[in-house]
Amino acid sequence: MIKLHTKDNHFVTSTIHEHPILAKITRRSDLIQPLRHRYALLWNPSIHTDLDGFVLILVPYEYREFHGSLEKLENVLSISENLYYLTDDDVIKFYPNSNVVDVLYRRNANSNSFLITERCNSFCIMCSQPPRDIDDSYRIIDFLNLLPLINQDTIEICITGGETTLIGDDFIRIINAAKNHLPRTALHILSNGRNFKNLQLAINLAKVRHHDLMIGIPIYADYSQLHDFIFKADDAFDETIRGILNLKRCSIPVEIRVVVHAKSYMRLPQLAEFITRNLLFVDHIALMGLEFMGFAKTNFNELWIDPFNYQDELKNAVEIFSRYGMRVSIYNTPLCLIPESIRKYSVCSISDWKNDFLDECNNCSAKEKCGGFFSSNLGKVSEHIKPFN
Amino acid sequence: MTPDKSLAKKFQSMECFDKGIENSYQLLPSRFVSLSENRYLLTNEVGEYLIVSKKQLHGYVKKTLSKSSEFYFDLKSKHFLFDDDSNVAIQLLGLKYRTKAQKISQFTALHIFVVSLRCDYSCKYCQVSRQTDDKVTFDMSKETANRSLDFVFKSPSPAIKIEFQGGEPLLNFEIIKYIVLSATELNKHHQKNLQFVITTNLTFLNTDILSFCLIHNIYLSTSLDGSEELHNKNRPRPGKNGYQLTVKGIKEAQLYLGFDKVGALMTTTENSLDCVKEIINEYLALDMHCIFLRPLSPYGFAIKNKQTDKYNLQRWFEFYTEGLEYIIDLNKKGYFFTEIYTQIILSKIFSPFGTSYVDLQSPTGAGISAIVYNYNGDVYASDEARMLAEMGDSHFRLGNVHHSSYPDVMLSDVLLDTLEYSLAESSPMCHECGFLPYCGTDPVYHYATQHDVVGHKAVSGFCNKNMKIFRYIFSLLERDEVTKNILLSWVRP
Repeated sequence: MIKLHTKDNHFVTSTIHEHPILAKITRRSDLIQPLRHRYALLWNPSIHTDLDGFVLILVPYEYREFHGSLEKLENVLSISENLYYLTDDDVIKFYPNSNVVDVLYRRNANSNSFLITERCNSFCIMCSQPPRDIDDSYRIIDFLNLLPLINQDTIEICITGGETTLIGDDFIRIINAAKNHLPRTALHILSNGRNFKNLQLAINLAKVRHHDLMIGIPIYADYSQLHDFIFKADDAFDETIRGILNLKRCSIPVEIRVVVHAKSYMRLPQLAEFITRNLLFVDHIALMGLEFMGFAKTNFNELWIDPFNYQDELKNAVEIFSRYGMRVSIYNTPLCLIPESIRKYSVCSISDWKNDFLDECNNCSAKEKCGGFFSSNLGKVSEHIKPFN
Repeated sequence: MTPDKSLAKKFQSMECFDKGIENSYQLLPSRFVSLSENRYLLTNEVGEYLIVSKKQLHGYVKKTLSKSSEFYFDLKSKHFLFDDDSNVAIQLLGLKYRTKAQKISQFTALHIFVVSLRCDYSCKYCQVSRQTDDKVTFDMSKETANRSLDFVFKSPSPAIKIEFQGGEPLLNFEIIKYIVLSATELNKHHQKNLQFVITTNLTFLNTDILSFCLIHNIYLSTSLDGSEELHNKNRPRPGKNGYQLTVKGIKEAQLYLGFDKVGALMTTTENSLDCVKEIINEYLALDMHCIFLRPLSPYGFAIKNKQTDKYNLQRWFEFYTEGLEYIIDLNKKGYFFTEIYTQIILSKIFSPFGTSYVDLQSPTGAGISAIVYNYNGDVYASDEARMLAEMGDSHFRLGNVHHSSYPDVMLSDVLLDTLEYSLAESSPMCHECGFLPYCGTDPVYHYATQHDVVGHKAVSGFCNKNMKIFRYIFSLLERDEVTKNILLSWVRP
């Protein structure tokens, strides 16, 4: 598990910073002067060189007492041991008042997600990021400022919420910005799709002509009552379906995300039939194991089912999708819990910073290919975990 | 607010998100047909189905189902009903209906060119009434070919398939070459997805023809009726070597063009009835992966020589089911092999798309899916219509490429009337049949057998045959998981 949020950072010299700053990480102390104002230097103090102009100078935690030798410098921050993984091109946000460092982007991450609002128009019973009705528009500004700092060779970034379309006109604005700043990077946007019931929003999105965009939209059931119950929102089913139809009418790639838990697993095969019959033009289906965070933790007893016990439904659903030529993947489920014939659809989908394995997994010959567990799920795991030999 | 007892307090119960009112749901268009005493097939307008008991059927129709039963949700999910909680079903049904009907809107895709009526064979069941192979008056001329190609490229269909038929089309290979080259040239402008097929007995196949087929990506379709004895009995030719020539031709074509480029069809005669396995084995021996167990059609010499009277439908059906059981066994043993008619029907049951098979469409595919240009320029609504004309009844002749325009042909009374009469959705007995979404109409068949394009379905061989096959296929789908999965693997989505 990698920590993205740390507090035990300390200035070891004086600083000029009063406001939060975004900075890109570099280890090159010879970086040319004019570029330094947006960089934080990861400094090895044994190398003496000209350090003027870097917005921050980051030194290991051990240097927190070294006031004397650094006296001519400014903005030197000793960083938490938990941040030693930082490397070139990572991007951090530093809060001088609290000494908090948030790692916003990691060059070597298997996925980089950006939460652009905590507001939502639904209240899903297993939401891992429970909605908050607050003004968090600063997140949009942060994201717009962050975009130019992201390495252009990044394969994919993900925008998530809350409900991403709730940010209004800024929704189109940030997608346009992502297109302009990252012309080779895929953009994965999570939304519940409901707002796309308004065709104009889908048209506006299509007009951006983003080079590689996919909207990931959840469908939890093949009929409205169950879907709306899980969403905790009336009309969610109809609005989501109409939203998907509008997006596809505008030729925007759509992924359907099905979260599997005790309230939804029974009708997985029927849902697969529903999707193949009604929404065959959708581009990808993700069948996702549950992450026990947020409301999923609150409602744990009602939502928990051992994935071993929904193997038949999962297999049946995957076979229906693949028979109809739909691209289908299984997310967030250890390989040993997936029936052998459909293991090839499994994807290592869990973000590396919250991905863990059990001790017994070290004896497993399939560990390299396995998606493992959410760190938050280790408290309760399936009784059928079994290392492959 | 009623909290859900099982969830944390802030989450309301399922009932809070259900705006439906008990027993007040609306029925969506559907039909049913009995499969056996207590089993009914319930189909909706776009071919989704449920197999239900009598009690379930009554409950559904009388609106007495509880809206919290699994069966209710099955009906709702498959769009047999909708309730006050959701009305997106109407929009989705419309979308599915348009998807199924899309091929109709695209118009004629299959264009059959009868390039010669001459043939070296003298099959008793010949449905096209061939001529002996020295009468060149039965060959298509360049002028006729040119005029026909004008018609072809007037079709709005994005995909165009030109099929060469006869007689034996390779007896007039020069005109095939001419048409392929001209069509390819014309297509530089029209940009259609253009394909060619030659329906041939392969007698005259040679390396020049094979090279030409290779270069122009031409498919070959031939006839193979079974073993040497059976094939040569069904399909006599001077020299009694039809089987050898056909098999040699298939092998050469497979080697030269690829296994996917050559297919074969069989026709069932009285001699075939007892040897369906041997017939299928012939196809296996040739590395083929499908067979079409076709009954005789009531046209051409098949009628004149009373071939169609020699076995009845029931006997053919036994032949077909015996064959299908054998084919399913082959699949169980790991060899992928399909029966084409079954595959078409399975695709109609399980695919959201329409199939392009002309004989099972509503309205009929005649003229609007397939059209025939005869050697002399006569235009027919279907291959069967042309067969009928060769028997002296040119009811379905739509015009002639030399003196009719494309609108003359497409708006001819005979075509428009035939299309109008051939909507199964409004035909007596068809409109209420649970199998309707998987069936179609065949006005030429009913005209030929009952002198009426609609036909009385109670005495229709077409209806009788298809009903038997539908019932049989649904019984197979219910037999066991393995059989069902085999059949599902045949579906072409």
